[in-house]
Amino acid sequence: MTPHILTRSLDRAATTFILIVAGLGVLIPLSNLLMPQGSMFQVPTYLVALWGKYVCYAILALSIDLIWGYCGILSLGHGAFFALGGYAMGMYLMRQIGSRGVYGNPVLPDFMVFLNWDKLPWYWYGFDKFWFAALMVLLVPGLLAFCFGWLAFRSRVTGVYLSIITQAMTYALLLGFFRNDFGFGGNNGLTDFKDILGFNVQADGTRCALFLLSCLALVIAFLICRAVVTSKLGKVLIAIRDAESRTRFLGYRVETYKLFVFTLSACMAGVAGALYVPQVGIINPSEFAPANSIEAVIWVAVGGRGTLVGAALGAVVVNYAKTFFTSGPLAPYWLFMLGALFILVTLLLPKGIVGTFNAWWEPWKARRSAGIAADEESAAREDGIGAPNPAE
Amino acid sequence: MNVMDTRATSAMLYLDGVHVSFDGFHAINNLSLALEPGEMRAIIGPNGAGKTTMMDIITGKTKPDEGTVLFDGSVDLTRLDETRIAELGIGRKFQKPTVFESQTVQDNLLLALNVDHSVRGTLFWRGSKGESERIDKVLETIRLTDARNRLAGSLSHGQKQWLEIGMLLAQDPKVLLVDEPVAGMTDVETHLTAELLKQINKNHTIMVVEHDMTFVRELGVKVTCLHEGSVLAEGSIDQVSSNERVVEVYLGR
Ligand SMILES: Nc1ncnc2c1ncn2[C@@H]1O[C@H](COP(=O)(O)OP(=O)(O)OP(=O)(O)O)[C@@H](O)[C@H]1O
Ligand SMILES: [Mg+2]
Repeated sequence: MTPHILTRSLDRAATTFILIVAGLGVLIPLSNLLMPQGSMFQVPTYLVALWGKYVCYAILALSIDLIWGYCGILSLGHGAFFALGGYAMGMYLMRQIGSRGVYGNPVLPDFMVFLNWDKLPWYWYGFDKFWFAALMVLLVPGLLAFCFGWLAFRSRVTGVYLSIITQAMTYALLLGFFRNDFGFGGNNGLTDFKDILGFNVQADGTRCALFLLSCLALVIAFLICRAVVTSKLGKVLIAIRDAESRTRFLGYRVETYKLFVFTLSACMAGVAGALYVPQVGIINPSEFAPANSIEAVIWVAVGGRGTLVGAALGAVVVNYAKTFFTSGPLAPYWLFMLGALFILVTLLLPKGIVGTFNAWWEPWKARRSAGIAADEESAAREDGIGAPNPAE
Repeated sequence: MNVMDTRATSAMLYLDGVHVSFDGFHAINNLSLALEPGEMRAIIGPNGAGKTTMMDIITGKTKPDEGTVLFDGSVDLTRLDETRIAELGIGRKFQKPTVFESQTVQDNLLLALNVDHSVRGTLFWRGSKGESERIDKVLETIRLTDARNRLAGSLSHGQKQWLEIGMLLAQDPKVLLVDEPVAGMTDVETHLTAELLKQINKNHTIMVVEHDMTFVRELGVKVTCLHEGSVLAEGSIDQVSSNERVVEVYLGR
């Protein structure tokens, strides 16, 4: 009745997804590094970085799908966890600059020197060590999500109210991080990174390694999500999504379940942000903008809520379109197009790309296998109570 | 929670002087009722009498403004939430059948099983032979074995009612609160449901709300008639249905 966790979580679609991500994760860097520059088989470095960014967005989308698609928690503030993970990584990268900064201060990042600060604020301690920063990438978003979720879920804040307070959360952080005295570089954020673990962040090799790592992180995040949603806990999450109060009457502590996935999801978003920052070379408060979080939810809706693969696909498709359109003459209209896309998807493909595909594919597959099975099985087997009368 | 040895009553469920009002409307008025262990009680009463609201109070969905609600003679239910009350062993079937529509019949039962309901327990859950045997048995009892892999949402109204009763069986609570179990069922199904409840009653305490008098008669248990949030009459079905005030309430509608 219960297959092993791996067979359970790896159906054909999941395996295909992992193979594709892993394949790209290896092939794109190989082509970039091994093929001669300018050859048609060589993926230029700027594209490696661009696709690395998409992969990070895909991880963020997965984290949103885990809570929204499977537990019905519509967070419109997930960009905050992404940005916090990004800042934690950015702080490490800033401290790696050391005396190579414009002001040449061995400890203080440039913006602190500029603000005439004479010593490092306490919350910057430890960020010169990679392991510490990596821990913070998980811990800071996780802790914020835990505290936020503990308050919200215990008070049974749900639906649109929850969405609104998640927006408020990211907006509050936006305002905070904009301030110079907050100690995170204010408006300009953190940038001018030099190296990561001793490797030049600009170098082709480093970019390729970061791309590979991002793909690896996507695969791991996907595996974690699959393990969660295919476990019995996943069934409880869906039960909560579909009939929260009913789930309580069965003796499930709904708020604990929500808190668990919300925190897990925030940690995943944090990792996505941490991988994003060295690849784009900057993190600033605009990452906290409420619109960013909403955009990420649109990726999931477009790709197909509650499908995981769809979320990742949606992130890549929408961002590819964004890159395509915002670099052309249509750039000023991108937000309108995004809005239109969302409306179209909601009206025409309410299940998103993957959801619609499944709805079309699965009955077909079932019919095909039923056609084979029908010969063997007698027609006598009927469903449960014979011809029940739904009259009232 | 109170200490277990200070039982205030021998009753399994004990309500005394309960009041609930919604924005000034008194849905439950000085309601007092006691269910002995192992008893099955039928609750009747016109629409809006407060039958469902009473179940809401017992299961922690609605907090009473006043009054005592005790489980097992000692546990004050007014201080506990839905999850805790369910854990104590009070299960409920809703008036409008509420099953997890996007999950299979089998998974609905799996979710209802009274096993470890903690996050860790469900995350690392690996089914056991005992569990699947219990599910098989329930499926057989509710006659949904052949529909086990169908989505609960695709069941007929009657089948959903049965599935929800099946979920109660899987939950195996001490007390079952069953709200209108035979609504939308054929006569045959109604009869089968009465048989099933009698069967379950052999080792569970049951409170069943129902409008269908044939069904209530078939149960053959003590009947309580509610009206405007309090007990109007109590006794055998014949006593209650010949009670002048009950007749008046039902005809006066
Ligand atoms: N949450 C609520 N808010 C306001 N009024 C409520 C609420 N719940 C119940 N009521 C009112 O309380 C009264 C009792 O309702 P209840 O559902 O308990 O009746 P019932 O006996 O179950 O009736 P029925 O046979 O129709 O199911 C009704 O008038 C109903 O409108
Ligand atoms: Mg009712």
